[in-house]
Amino acid sequence: MSAPLLQVRDLAKHYRLPREKLLSPPPRVQALAGVSFELAAGRSLGVVGESGSGKSTLARLIMALEAPSAGQVLLDGQDLHALSPAALRAAREKLQMVFQDPYGSLDPRRTVLHTVAEPLRMLEGAAPAEQRERAAEALDVVGLGLDALGKYPHEFSGGQRQRIAIARALITRPRLIVADEPVSALDVSVQAQVLNLMQDLQDKFGLAMLFISHDLAVVDMVCDEVIVLYQGRIVERGAPATLFSQAAHPYTRALLGAVPRLGPGTRTRRAPQPAAGVAQASADKGCAFAARCPLAHARCLAERPMLRAWVGGHAAACHLAEQVAATPDGGELSALAQNV
Amino acid sequence: MLLEVTDLRVTLHTARGLVDALRGVSFSMRRGDTLGLIGESGCGKSLTALALMGLLPEGARVSGSIRFDGQALATLDEDAMCALRGARIGMIFQEPMTALNPLHTIGRQIAEPLRLHRGLGAAAARAEALRLLQRVQLPQASKRLDAYPHQMSGGQRQRVVIAIALACGPDLLIADEPTTALDVTVQREVLELIAELVAEDGMGLLLISHDLGVMAETVQHLLVMYGGTVVESGPTEAVFQRLAHPYTRGLFAARPRLGLPRGTRLATIPGRVPELADLPAGCPFAERCPLAVDVCRQAVPAPMAVGPRHEVRCVRFDALPQPSR
Repeated sequence: MSAPLLQVRDLAKHYRLPREKLLSPPPRVQALAGVSFELAAGRSLGVVGESGSGKSTLARLIMALEAPSAGQVLLDGQDLHALSPAALRAAREKLQMVFQDPYGSLDPRRTVLHTVAEPLRMLEGAAPAEQRERAAEALDVVGLGLDALGKYPHEFSGGQRQRIAIARALITRPRLIVADEPVSALDVSVQAQVLNLMQDLQDKFGLAMLFISHDLAVVDMVCDEVIVLYQGRIVERGAPATLFSQAAHPYTRALLGAVPRLGPGTRTRRAPQPAAGVAQASADKGCAFAARCPLAHARCLAERPMLRAWVGGHAAACHLAEQVAATPDGGELSALAQNV
Repeated sequence: MLLEVTDLRVTLHTARGLVDALRGVSFSMRRGDTLGLIGESGCGKSLTALALMGLLPEGARVSGSIRFDGQALATLDEDAMCALRGARIGMIFQEPMTALNPLHTIGRQIAEPLRLHRGLGAAAARAEALRLLQRVQLPQASKRLDAYPHQMSGGQRQRVVIAIALACGPDLLIADEPTTALDVTVQREVLELIAELVAEDGMGLLLISHDLGVMAETVQHLLVMYGGTVVESGPTEAVFQRLAHPYTRGLFAARPRLGLPRGTRLATIPGRVPELADLPAGCPFAERCPLAVDVCRQAVPAPMAVGPRHEVRCVRFDALPQPSR
């Protein structure tokens, strides 16, 4: 088997915050703290987590929009962050991005043709005739007609704008699409159309997709594998069917438990409260989730759990992962806590 | 009755001329009731809330009646409306970032309605603001009184917005997508907080959301809106059980949900949410409805009872099969 399309190795990124005191060094925030994974051609990987978990930083580093503090992003074996500007430009044809907000990501003063063909113009220097032809082709693929070419973004609804953004991403015939919350700004009825489209395109063109979403149900449906990020680290990884039915990290459990559900007997229940007396783990040792975790105990504060794999590629970074995974869905983790 | 809305119609001036944005919305609430307005963008759910608050855009024409605690709001002048707004009707907005003033401390922003409506002095208002922050379970409330909004997370800011809405002990709390901008774990905490406060104070809750799951967990009664019209209304459980309008059913089927196998195609509603200016004369959903016939396009169907307090505006109700699940 050939090397995977995308390899992310120990990727880390910290940002400097504004200085609080004149003489002390400015505080830093660790947005990503050593993330590694692989994505094979034609497969889709979901990234879930709360705001501040590092999802969008990960996307920006993979797109080479920012340089990492440490680690590598390899696309087809090439380290994107070590390439010369010209080589990076050439590599960019292989990776494209779809953003969250279809209102903010399209230039309101440019025609759809100008917007959709822009990657071709910038990366390949294509002639106007070719630009037009391939833009029409890309729009056709996303289900928009030729008449869209001369129009402006304001003439389209949110769902149609997101189709235009997808057409722009497809026009260079990329191998990897990074989609950052691509449907969360859309109405439910339109969201379903765009999700179906993205799945069709993935099958049709063998695209690999990095799909960032806060919506677990969306990720469950479109992804082959899912990673759960918490404070810049992967806390759990696996195929969605296993990960969501036998979640092995208390944080994944908390995310799942917080999803509002339909059906009888779903009236709200208190969210799990952190165990009393457990202090916040310090930044460089211990588990970052300990302060919120109902199972936290002395070991969690002293020793950071490593990401441990067991059956079928399912992995979790929790000292008690096996016990958590064995607790039935919706079962109370606090029952486990008494035995710790 | 705490709130009685009868045949509320709103016409707006837009770039495309006059449009009928609300086309006869009626509902009522008693104290302690929880009512949800659900629908997609442009369906009129937020506009309904703005009409209740007397905050419609300039030049909007309103007909029908809104009676709050027996008083017709249309008869109130601006001063009387101001006395009501923020005091007896509290509102929680969607974006906790923009709902708060970045230049003032949160203590001052919570104190504002207290001083304005209840005439409290500075010290008393500050003490009351602290009590409110504790009530919305903001950690370390006493230290936070002098904090600015940018020093807080989204969930904390939304707690502050809730504290402001509750400051004067309103009889009716309107929450417009209060958790849409929040993470799912924070959303759960905020929804539970709202539910608790509503139960403790016995106020009415009007919750606006596009999320079926949020509604199922929070409100007793549900209005499904589409194109400025309430297409289905009823007790929440009955609505989700019967899904008596083709639009409700479409929304329900289009929802991604956990446990669908990889590669599942979601059922979609063809077409798009119509712009208000393009709404047809008849049933607003007719163009996207798989069951539509000629008569649907002629007039907006009248509400028809399909169960206790459960009504639907659909002439094709009989053709709609029992929901399969």
